Amino acid sequence: MDTTGTLGELLLTRGVSRRAMLRYGAALAAALALPAGAGKALAKGLAGAKRPSVIWLSLQECTGCTEALTRAYAPTLEQLILESISLDYHHTLQAASGSAAEEARTAAMRENPNGYLVVVDGAVPLGGKGFSTIAGVDNRTLLEETVQGAAGVIAVGSCAAFGGLPMAHPNPTGAAPISAVVRGKPLINLPGCPPLPEVMVGVLAHFLAFGKWPELDSLHRPRSYYGETLHDRCYRRPFYDRGLFAESFDDEGARKGWCLFKLGCKGPVTYNACATMKWNGGVSFPIQSGHGCLGCSEPRFWDAGGFYRALSAPAPLPKRVIPIALAGGALLGVGVALSNRRRQDASRAATPVLQLDDLERSS
Amino acid sequence: MNTIASDLLIWARGSGFHAALALFLVGILWRLVEIYTLNHPRRCLATPLKDGPSEGFKTVFRRFLPPPGMFMRAPVTYLGGWVFHAGFFIVLFFFAPHIEIFRALFGIRWPALSNPLIELFTVAALIAMLLVLVSRITDPVKRFLSTFMDYFGWVLTFLPLLTGWLAWHELLLPYTWSLALHVLTADLLLALLPFTRLLHGVTAFPSRWYTGVWFGRKGVQS
Repeated sequence: MDTTGTLGELLLTRGVSRRAMLRYGAALAAALALPAGAGKALAKGLAGAKRPSVIWLSLQECTGCTEALTRAYAPTLEQLILESISLDYHHTLQAASGSAAEEARTAAMRENPNGYLVVVDGAVPLGGKGFSTIAGVDNRTLLEETVQGAAGVIAVGSCAAFGGLPMAHPNPTGAAPISAVVRGKPLINLPGCPPLPEVMVGVLAHFLAFGKWPELDSLHRPRSYYGETLHDRCYRRPFYDRGLFAESFDDEGARKGWCLFKLGCKGPVTYNACATMKWNGGVSFPIQSGHGCLGCSEPRFWDAGGFYRALSAPAPLPKRVIPIALAGGALLGVGVALSNRRRQDASRAATPVLQLDDLERSS
Repeated sequence: MNTIASDLLIWARGSGFHAALALFLVGILWRLVEIYTLNHPRRCLATPLKDGPSEGFKTVFRRFLPPPGMFMRAPVTYLGGWVFHAGFFIVLFFFAPHIEIFRALFGIRWPALSNPLIELFTVAALIAMLLVLVSRITDPVKRFLSTFMDYFGWVLTFLPLLTGWLAWHELLLPYTWSLALHVLTADLLLALLPFTRLLHGVTAFPSRWYTGVWFGRKGVQS
């Protein structure tokens, strides 16, 4: 795909005015927690940015991340920016197939020696070469090859960022996050199942406008989007503080919009922007729709003990734990009791029994 | 990728808790069997001077109060003890997330107290525990009588309260870390309770009752 011309020129041909760009820049600056003046710089940077070549690899994934990004409720500026990037290779979206598709990938790598972006959705199976292949190439080799000349790698979705569902117990394919393979390249994790489309485009826009990635946390997530828990920004938080909880999905508490903690909401340990940015163009998010947060943007969320189990409740107890513990305790107790008895008997045998005569006997 | 906090939380709520519960059950059953098989007098031929069971019942409650004159001699011990024990009990059994643990294990639940009240009891218990620790260290008699296990028991009890309070306020550490440490310290308390002096959490009332029954039969107030 042609990467000449700037993003601003392309957007202009699609009817996006300078004013709209400024508005978007201001909104994006706010979302990224940048200073107010950064909005203008962002808009200017975006308008003058070269359209980057993007290679999108889909490894062990369900296509949900791509669906979320491409099926926005209504065409938005974010969507236009996403469409404006030079998406040279994407299994799901590209028209080409077979060797022509693979040629598009290698051509993009060859023609952009100064760096292209690699977006990955899906985990990488490390348990064997046959678990997931594309055009006969196993995922690990494909990923290692592709990221060699990359300016940055974006892990889209929890599978790419943290292993997600493919890595869930018992993980038969040895699935791992792409960080297990990607070394020495800037790696940005955008976890979520799927992640918010606005987050994806916001991070891309930041890179295009400023030539660098936004500030990341210890899990390589942009702090501006993943800096706070859903619980902290949840509109139902006051009910939690007052101890008002829905006990089931159809009780009075649920109808009154009380806190969903007891119904398994993982909001307190889930760092994401769902509660503020919301989904479907800002319409709603799971908690607002009456369902607890699954914690889908957190590492190992699938193995965290059940979606409908309160966060404080322990994981289901294996049936054999209690009988074995009780039997072990009882056996130990009986053993110690017998030992005590033996010591008592020995002590008693060693102690002479005091007789009446002994008291009268002079010492 | 550093996912230790999430991994630790999952472990502490899962295998860690299961192991702690198993250790708790092993320890409790061991200690109870051992106590029961001690050479207790099984029957007493002397005429009981007072009704044993009612005296046992009275003793269970009488020992909440200090003997005459003792409160003024050790106010920190008594006051600190009351506040800490009441606070710990209320926080453990009446904080909504804690009730969910019992609900998950036994299928029963009861009304929770509001979070501000729970916090009040938590802070009171923490302050009371610090005061009794200071008293234990500064008072020469208490210091002389204290062993490693006394301090160890204090730490085991203090940590879940402290980490829980820190987690609630998201102080010092991100919430996932705080919560993981809170659950982990609670697991530790559960696992080691039968093997330390904290066993009195289980045996205090039965032993008071036992003492009261036998002292009552002999006509002695306990």
